[in-house]
Amino acid sequence: MIRGWKAVYYREALLLRRRFWKTLGTMSVSPLLYILAFGWAMAPVGQEGVGMGQEYLRFLLPGLAAMSSMTQSWAIAGEINIARFYWRIFEEIQAAPVSPGGYVLGEVLAGMTRALLAVLAVLALGLAFGVRLSFGPAFWLALLLNAFFFASLAVGLAMRIKAHADQALLTSFVITPMAFLGGTFFPVERLPVVARELLLLLPLTHASRAARAAATGAELPLLSLAILAVAGITVFFFAVKSVASAKD
Amino acid sequence: MIRLEEVQKRFARRDALRGVNLEVRPGELFAYLGPNGAGKTTTIRVLTGLSLPDGGRALVGGVDVAQEPTRAKALCGVVAQAVNLDQDLTVAENLDVHGRLFGMPKQLRCSRTVESLERLEMSDRSASLVRELSGGQRRRVMIARALMHEPRVLFLDEPTVGLDPTIRRKLWTAMKRIREGGTTIFLTTHYIEEAEFLADRVAFLNQGRVVALGTPRELMEAQGHWAVDVLDGADMRTACFRERDEAQTFGAAGPGSFTLRRVNLEDVFHATTGRKLVNGAAS
Repeated sequence: MIRGWKAVYYREALLLRRRFWKTLGTMSVSPLLYILAFGWAMAPVGQEGVGMGQEYLRFLLPGLAAMSSMTQSWAIAGEINIARFYWRIFEEIQAAPVSPGGYVLGEVLAGMTRALLAVLAVLALGLAFGVRLSFGPAFWLALLLNAFFFASLAVGLAMRIKAHADQALLTSFVITPMAFLGGTFFPVERLPVVARELLLLLPLTHASRAARAAATGAELPLLSLAILAVAGITVFFFAVKSVASAKD
Repeated sequence: MIRLEEVQKRFARRDALRGVNLEVRPGELFAYLGPNGAGKTTTIRVLTGLSLPDGGRALVGGVDVAQEPTRAKALCGVVAQAVNLDQDLTVAENLDVHGRLFGMPKQLRCSRTVESLERLEMSDRSASLVRELSGGQRRRVMIARALMHEPRVLFLDEPTVGLDPTIRRKLWTAMKRIREGGTTIFLTTHYIEEAEFLADRVAFLNQGRVVALGTPRELMEAQGHWAVDVLDGADMRTACFRERDEAQTFGAAGPGSFTLRRVNLEDVFHATTGRKLVNGAAS
């Protein structure tokens, strides 16, 4: 069922290695800007601004890590579509004895690898700004589950779209709103009930909650982790089905 | 080695294949000729598991491609019409990834990379990035890559399109060498001279149907030995004859100038379809 995943992952890893510094630089720009703009520059003037900023930075950083893991695992969709529509490499993989499950697993792992790199970049930026948090196994589990969900979604939807331009639409209408509303920049719990319940439908909200709780030593929202795991497995099978039907 | 039984394939607005029947023998270099849009690439896609037929069966090495795609794919090497190499990887890396996709162990991948590149005279570009190669070199890398896992059948989808004559000749030599090694080659092309020079047998495909099948010699001899192209105003008419004298007389009796030549596969296509095959387009 999962034949060929190592080869698919190896190809992506080779490409990532070739573009490592460029990719790492690109991954770091947005988090750096958010830290500068929201965590540092918007600190209230005249109230030991740096201190207030520091407080918010401790809140912001786990959210940014979750957001980066989402955007970077989602970015695998762009890579797949370039390989599919522009370079036609997907046909080479289709012509090989690689099972749909093997293809999806290889690409999802590649997406998760990118996500891990992006999280490391965020944590390095946090350290540079003096943020001290605890990054234990629960923190990494939350982010890996988040990356698993979004990488699987990326592979599945990449197979469904008919042109590369549609990819940008998905990013604009799904990923960008989620990045801003999924508990990255503000605590969802403070919102009115209706808004809160709506935002709890977003996987990123659960990832931010779990990562933040793990990083700050608060009680771990196990339900959020379970939701991420179940949603991830569901979307993974959707991706396998999408690849299997991606003929003609 | 390859068998198509009443294969049909329909796309939204047209029938690409309308009941194609065909058999390719082991070790044969089989040319599949036809104008653009005749269904050549669709046939390859069906045979390599990239498309599912809407009717009929496609078998490679006795394996039904639709029923057991993984087994069938392991028997095939495919050189697609468009260059589909990883531009940011080196030549050797592209071959290595291919070997991994086919489950080859490391040692075998290394030795076959060397062999395949030597066979295609590309050993000196092993460490070059694909983006640094010329069009002809990329084609040769694609063929070397397809040979990595020693497929029993090599599918070449218009491998020489857009290449200059010198490079094209080099590829022809490479194809002949591969065939001599025992690999069955299924070649699609719209270059008549390519099929004449390379093929053991030829099939003409027109509007999704096989309209002629045989060795180039059989097909040409069925039309005659001599062809006359007679220029009549802006039009050119062609007629085929058994005897040279007959052809000469026919040409001389025409309204304008004429050219006497040997019958070729283009005349076969013209005779069977009423259309001419010019640079891939039927007119």
